[in-house]
Amino acid sequence: MIAFVIRRLLQSIVVMLTVAFVAFFLFNFVGDPINNMVGQDTSMADRERLRQDLGLNDPFPVRFATFVGNALQGKFGVSYRMAEPVGRLIASRLPATLELSLMAASFALLVGIPMGVYTGLYPKRLSSRFFLTISLIGISLPTFLIGILLILVFAVLLGVLPSFGRGDVVKLGWWSTGFLTASGWKAVVLPAITLGLFQMTLIMRLVRSEMLEVMRTDYIKFARARGLTDRAVHFGHALKNTLVPVITITGLQLGAIIAFAIVTETVFQWPGMGLLFLQSVQFADIPVMATYLILIAFFFVVINLIVDLLYYVVDPRLRIDVQIRAN
Amino acid sequence: MADPLLKVEDLKVEFPTRRGTLVAVDGVSLHIDPGEVLGVVGESGAGKSMTGNAIIGLLEPPGRVAGGRILFEGRRIDDLPYEEMRKIRGRHIGAIFQDPLTSLNPLYTVGRQLIETIRTHDEAVGETDARTRALGLLREVGIPAAEARIDHYPHQFSGGMRQRVVIALALCANPRLIIADEPTTALDVSIQAQIIALIKRLCREHGTAVMLVTHDMGVIAETADRVAVMYSGRIAEIGPVREVIKHPRHPYTVGLMGSIPKVGQRREKLTQIEGTMPRLNAIPRGCAFNPRCPKVFARCREERPDPRPTPGGAVACWLNAAAGRPA
Amino acid sequence: MDTAVARVADWWRRVLASDVLHSFRSSRLVMLSAAVAAIYFSGAMLAPWLAPQDPFDLAKLQLLDAFTPPVWMEGGEARFPLGSDNQGRDVLSTIMFGSRVSLLVGVASVLFAMLLGVTLGLISGYVGGSVDAFIMRVADIQLSFPAILIALLIDGMVRLAIPGSRHTELAVLVLILSIGLSFWVQYARTVRGVTMVEKNKEYVLAARVIGVPPALIMLRHVLPNVMGPTLVIATINLATAVITEATLSFLGVGVPPTQPSLGTLIRIGNDFLFSGEWWITIFPGAALAILVLSVNLLGDWLRDALNPKLR
Repeated sequence: MIAFVIRRLLQSIVVMLTVAFVAFFLFNFVGDPINNMVGQDTSMADRERLRQDLGLNDPFPVRFATFVGNALQGKFGVSYRMAEPVGRLIASRLPATLELSLMAASFALLVGIPMGVYTGLYPKRLSSRFFLTISLIGISLPTFLIGILLILVFAVLLGVLPSFGRGDVVKLGWWSTGFLTASGWKAVVLPAITLGLFQMTLIMRLVRSEMLEVMRTDYIKFARARGLTDRAVHFGHALKNTLVPVITITGLQLGAIIAFAIVTETVFQWPGMGLLFLQSVQFADIPVMATYLILIAFFFVVINLIVDLLYYVVDPRLRIDVQIRAN
Repeated sequence: MADPLLKVEDLKVEFPTRRGTLVAVDGVSLHIDPGEVLGVVGESGAGKSMTGNAIIGLLEPPGRVAGGRILFEGRRIDDLPYEEMRKIRGRHIGAIFQDPLTSLNPLYTVGRQLIETIRTHDEAVGETDARTRALGLLREVGIPAAEARIDHYPHQFSGGMRQRVVIALALCANPRLIIADEPTTALDVSIQAQIIALIKRLCREHGTAVMLVTHDMGVIAETADRVAVMYSGRIAEIGPVREVIKHPRHPYTVGLMGSIPKVGQRREKLTQIEGTMPRLNAIPRGCAFNPRCPKVFARCREERPDPRPTPGGAVACWLNAAAGRPA
Repeated sequence: MDTAVARVADWWRRVLASDVLHSFRSSRLVMLSAAVAAIYFSGAMLAPWLAPQDPFDLAKLQLLDAFTPPVWMEGGEARFPLGSDNQGRDVLSTIMFGSRVSLLVGVASVLFAMLLGVTLGLISGYVGGSVDAFIMRVADIQLSFPAILIALLIDGMVRLAIPGSRHTELAVLVLILSIGLSFWVQYARTVRGVTMVEKNKEYVLAARVIGVPPALIMLRHVLPNVMGPTLVIATINLATAVITEATLSFLGVGVPPTQPSLGTLIRIGNDFLFSGEWWITIFPGAALAILVLSVNLLGDWLRDALNPKLR
């Protein structure tokens, strides 16, 4: 178990270093960083001095090591566009994105899994077919279109929910939360549904097909033959066996939710990291882009690690294999 | 003679498909007395397993009982509501399936699966008592070091050991009848005899009747009290094992006998039955066996033979009707 | 190459003769989707001749015509069946021209992804060893990031490398490259799998023994075997590529406003949602949704029809 965790951690570090390298490459070789920092009228000598001060004349590996070292300390440079330290910029936007992603993921899981179980257990029912048709539409509609439709219906026509922003937020240290005010809760509804809908349909379809698969297995038939109640068969035996693929996809999708927040945040003018990233892409604000990339990679790596550990909790076959190998 | 434990009358199982309805079991009648072992033998697709599944009420949709009656202890069970039938399964009629590797839920320890089954059928039993009973069962089916093994997962057991666990699970609630559907087919030949002997011994000790479904005439000869030979969804011949083996009346039974190797008859060639069993959508007119029958005559191609009584059983063959004596 | 062509032709013949055509005819939904997709493709291709108005001919645009509602609403005009936008352009015509850009980018990026993915997959599967390990590692890492993020990043990098004015000219090309680059992994993985199976088959070994160059072996023997799965991925991918293009354009990093795609149209119209001119954004949105839905349905059907095991 410990050996496994260490191996996974090492792999994660390799992925992080690769992404850091891409970010570093972006920083240093796409365009001239000096050009991006100083005005047109700076003299060649000044430029050279700046170059020396920033360590841009150091050998490549030294510069990369410095870059990684700085990143580890949370020093990501200064935004070209906002002239503010990137670390602070991102930190001010992080809570909005994470709270939105959390709500979207909860929506996707809490609605997707029950609907998947239902449509998997009763595939012939009219309501199941209805859910499936809806899910096909959910997969085919681009996220931003769903957002626009929701705004049209709930903000413009019905006027019951706000169409932009986070509502009132409360500061808890450096973290700003919308979960403590009524307007914050109202503001998160439409963006969370928009962001989570695709994942919801995906999880629903996945759980459904896994459920259909598992219900055909011999151990489910044998569980029935032993006279176990439907409840025990469906939820104790069948659902648990569908969990491994569901965990995998959910893990991947959590990462996708954080990344897709870019689109949702644009539609709803949600003041998160995604909106910041998009603006920095339009202005070629490399430090912000690079930092965002590293941060997203970090989230992915952490989520993947958690997913792998969850497998071990759910599936005893993996657990025992590791023990045997360890012996 | 006392009332039979199980009585199947004129059972018909249908599978509606897009290209018409297939009749998988057609007019099967049989009975099983308390404590008796009835062997059901035939090629794959002959309807043996289907009959077994119909008895425990676990036909896979869209299969359904289309006619006839199934009585258990004098009570009709084929038209019971699902929940009523569930209480009979495991408690009164147990089942063992073909593949021990897939009959157990991989995510739970064998102990948990045993305890769950015990407590489902006897709600008064506490967790600790159920565990004690589970341990006793594991010892009874010959699992060495049961105290340690009870907390192991199915994949830590060998095939033969897993089938022993499956047998323990089927016997959990002391059912009066066990449907054993090809219980040894998936196992090594060396293990097969042990498992058959185990089933035989346990059922004798518990006074449990067995319906042993197999394609292996040798196993039947060794284990069963009576035997039913099935072909194309119908019973070709049924009767006491000794009688059927010594005086097979149906040419198909004769063919089956010819395909068992016998000790001491090394010179004699093993015979095989020419051709294959017809598919369910192409069952010929008259006797289903007529295209392969070495003794076929005109009437066999025109009319379907109904079972006619023989000493202790019945046979469905025109030869028997015409000559009035063993063929 | 002749044999390869013959193989593909043969494969198609088998496809047409098999269950595929049967299942096609048996599903009304699939036929409907095919019809919708066909209308889109022809409508988009023939837009310059079919569209009621050329929305890019600035001389013909009248700002007075702006914000005309659809024809069935009060104030609607027959000239603008689905209404007009803020610049007085006919919404129906912009949709037709927009679909043209959307489909162009979609199809081109899928082809690019396919070319890249199939090539890398073939090399990876056939050569094996460290080349294979390297390509697959890159694929793994890329796959753990959503396509949209990759496309955004590539777009951002190109934006930095190429100055502004040139960028507008090249925008469509950049978009095709960035979407294509974000989708190659699926092809590469599938093709690699098939190649690894095929390369050990006897006919490939025989070709190797008699000294046929590896590149030729791959083209003649391995490539035809990967056509089926590749086609399925491509169809499903087309829907995703169209969505990605629309999303990028909606975010304002896609095609320039002078050459609007469906995504750009929705973005433009979005600004007028609150003032009640819903038709400027909803009609392009519906057009996009119907297009993607029909392509998705076709892809689903193709996957099931070519893979009877999956059913």
